[in-house]
Amino acid sequence: MVKYTLKRLFYMVLTLFIIATITFFLMKLLPGSPLTNQERLSPEQQELILDKYGLNDPLPIQYVNYMTNLLKGDLGLSFQYDNRPVAQMIAERIGPSAELGFQAIVFGTIVGIILGLIAALKHNTIWDYTATTIAVLGISVPSFVFAGLLQYYFGVEWQWFPVASWEGFEYTILPTLSLSVFVIATVARYMRSELLEVLNSDYIMLARAKGVSAPVIMVKHALRNALIPIITLLGPLAVNIMTGSLVIERIFAIPGIGEQFVRSINTNDYTVIMGITLFYSVLFIAVVFIVDILYGIIDPRIRVSGGDRK
Amino acid sequence: MQKKKLSIFLVLMLTVSAILAACGGGSSNSSDSGQTSDNGGGENNVLNLTETQDIPSMDSSLATDVVSFDTLNSVMEGLYRLGEDDEAVEGMAEGEPQISEDGKTWTIKLRDANWSNGEPVTANDFVFAWRKTLNPDTAAEYAYIMYDLKNAAAVNAGEMAPEELGVKALDEKTLEIQLENPVPYFKELLTFATFYPQNEAYVTEQGDQFGLEANTVLYNGPFTMTEWKHEDQFVLQKNPEYWDAENVQLETVNTKIVKDTQTDVNLYESGELDSVKLSAEFVDKYKEEEGFHTVKEASVFFLRLNQSSNEVLKNADARKAIAMGFDKTGITDSLLNNGSVPANYLVPSEFVQGPDGKDFRETAGSYLETDQAVAAEHWAKAKEALGQDTVELELLSYDDDVSKKITEYLKEQLETNLEGLKVNIKLQPFKQKLDLESSMNYEASLAGWGPDYPDPMTFIDMFVTDGAHNQSGYSNPQVDKLVQDAKTTLLTDEQARWDALVEAEKLMLEDAAFAPVYQRARAYLTKPAVEGVLYHKFGANFSLKWTSVTR
Repeated sequence: MVKYTLKRLFYMVLTLFIIATITFFLMKLLPGSPLTNQERLSPEQQELILDKYGLNDPLPIQYVNYMTNLLKGDLGLSFQYDNRPVAQMIAERIGPSAELGFQAIVFGTIVGIILGLIAALKHNTIWDYTATTIAVLGISVPSFVFAGLLQYYFGVEWQWFPVASWEGFEYTILPTLSLSVFVIATVARYMRSELLEVLNSDYIMLARAKGVSAPVIMVKHALRNALIPIITLLGPLAVNIMTGSLVIERIFAIPGIGEQFVRSINTNDYTVIMGITLFYSVLFIAVVFIVDILYGIIDPRIRVSGGDRK
Repeated sequence: MQKKKLSIFLVLMLTVSAILAACGGGSSNSSDSGQTSDNGGGENNVLNLTETQDIPSMDSSLATDVVSFDTLNSVMEGLYRLGEDDEAVEGMAEGEPQISEDGKTWTIKLRDANWSNGEPVTANDFVFAWRKTLNPDTAAEYAYIMYDLKNAAAVNAGEMAPEELGVKALDEKTLEIQLENPVPYFKELLTFATFYPQNEAYVTEQGDQFGLEANTVLYNGPFTMTEWKHEDQFVLQKNPEYWDAENVQLETVNTKIVKDTQTDVNLYESGELDSVKLSAEFVDKYKEEEGFHTVKEASVFFLRLNQSSNEVLKNADARKAIAMGFDKTGITDSLLNNGSVPANYLVPSEFVQGPDGKDFRETAGSYLETDQAVAAEHWAKAKEALGQDTVELELLSYDDDVSKKITEYLKEQLETNLEGLKVNIKLQPFKQKLDLESSMNYEASLAGWGPDYPDPMTFIDMFVTDGAHNQSGYSNPQVDKLVQDAKTTLLTDEQARWDALVEAEKLMLEDAAFAPVYQRARAYLTKPAVEGVLYHKFGANFSLKWTSVTR
């Protein structure tokens, strides 16, 4: 296990290094400069400023400089937000995105599992059809439609919840709901099909034949097996959602990181593009790692290096 | 049955939400949610606004965008500030400037005014800030706006020491400014954010933190910023140290960052906002509503026509045909629908007045008005001269929704009115488009220009031969001569200078150097309780100094 972990860690760092390198050079292919006043400056004035930031140096030198600073833990300063440290920006913006994402994932998973369970247990009844319809809707209707409807009815018409912005828990409810729709749908769909498959398998029949009670079969045998694909799914889904949804953050005026990322690309804010990309990568790599470990806990059959525990 | 299910579902959602709230805790609770509650909308002299992005910079040396300018205009003050009709009124300066015979030396007395920490605002604060902006180490993107100051360009290029800049403190309250040339609009220029003062001791003490948070900036304007939650909202409060505080009525200005117009409108509908900017799709819905109004901007949109490489556009008849061959009202009335007007000119209307007190547009003419018959004639001539029956033209534009619609409309109009023309649309992201234009790697392009300073020159010198913003290869020695004169020999004769600018615009439009399209406006929905917001045509969009809210 230790050896395995070390090996994984090495690959994680390597992956990160490759991502950083590729992003750096791809980003430099973006046309234009990070200057916010670009269209107003004459070429000479642009040169003056680019010189000052070292952006006129040959690319390899810029790359080495950036990587050296990165190793020292320095993500640099933003161009778009004059002189604001990128690390501080990420730290400020990730909070709201992560909070929303976390709520949406937890809520979505719980509701999704319940829906999936109902659909599977009441297979081919009205319950099943209702749940399936909800799931299909959730996957196919884009979240901004839900967000817009929720905002209009719950915020403007009925005034149950605040329309937008970020000032406390009640402000998170509508965006959380909008975000969780996709989670609910995805989880419910997988839950239903997995559970159906498991429930029809031989060992469940055997358990039934042996007279094991229905709840025990459900919890101990069926659910546990059906959860494996869900966990595979949830890792990346969680990263996706917790790193911020551009659309939801725009609609509910949430100071999150998703919007920031898109904006940094549009404005050639090099340091912010790099910073957020690396941050996302670290999260993603870490989550994939955690998911691999979780597999082992849920299903001993796929425990990675076997051996040591037996 | 259905209803019951829905309510079970809702109850379930709420329960889970409540549980999450209890265990989540999260960052939102640590912020002071109580202070800026959503019913703040009910109080007098509390104004609730939104901006579409966070403030990029609170350092007046570095600010380049309108959100920074708007905010700085509320919390800072230069020697003068823009008042009604964009006239410069007293700010930190007391009384009128003393101007030397040759117009190159300005001596300005400062009033007794304090920074928000109680320190007096001194002449040295201006000297320090201006030197800082022009110091190449600051890399200020608006440094060039100060190039009228003596030695400014050389200082900015690193060829002279900042100490050699033409500004000095004669004593604590007297500032002397040396100019390269007399500048007719210099008093208005002094209202621009880049010319604000900064307190040397404070800025040095804050170091790289200066301007990053609400409490790392010193204020000398009508308001101070008391809270700044990045990307979320910021709060301005009346500044008790402000010299003219008795004329400031607003107590609090809450500004939220809202990027989506639909959200803006929803917030307005629910009573949380006092004013929203509307995009075209909302104008029809709210046109009749109380509080709907439009504000003309000094931004003009036009088609750049690349005459350096494109054989067709080298032909003046072809350019004229294009310029006159589309109906401009279709764009302003249907696509934009926000008070924008067709432009048959370069220098916008209601922007500047001449020495005679008349709007530039009253003195200057109207050119290249839509006329399909004349356009068709020019087009026929052009095709004959080129020996071509069919012509393809690439039309470059930004990739946002509005530009896209306008470009498609232009294609449709031009193809219908000019026989044998095929327009190919090329939409590009903002930066990419700028790059294509500055490298002149395009044929025709939809572009816009707004003023840097309140003078026709900010538009007209764009099209001098090889000008940095010409970007079309247009060259007319007569225009160059007029612009050159207006910048040098005519500076002391205001009327002659004005006439030269009118003439220069006429020449380039008669050449169809570019094809003017429209002058932009903004549509707002503002609560009737709000009074006295001044809208400006250059620098900041608006002033809140004289605003009041009576509910």
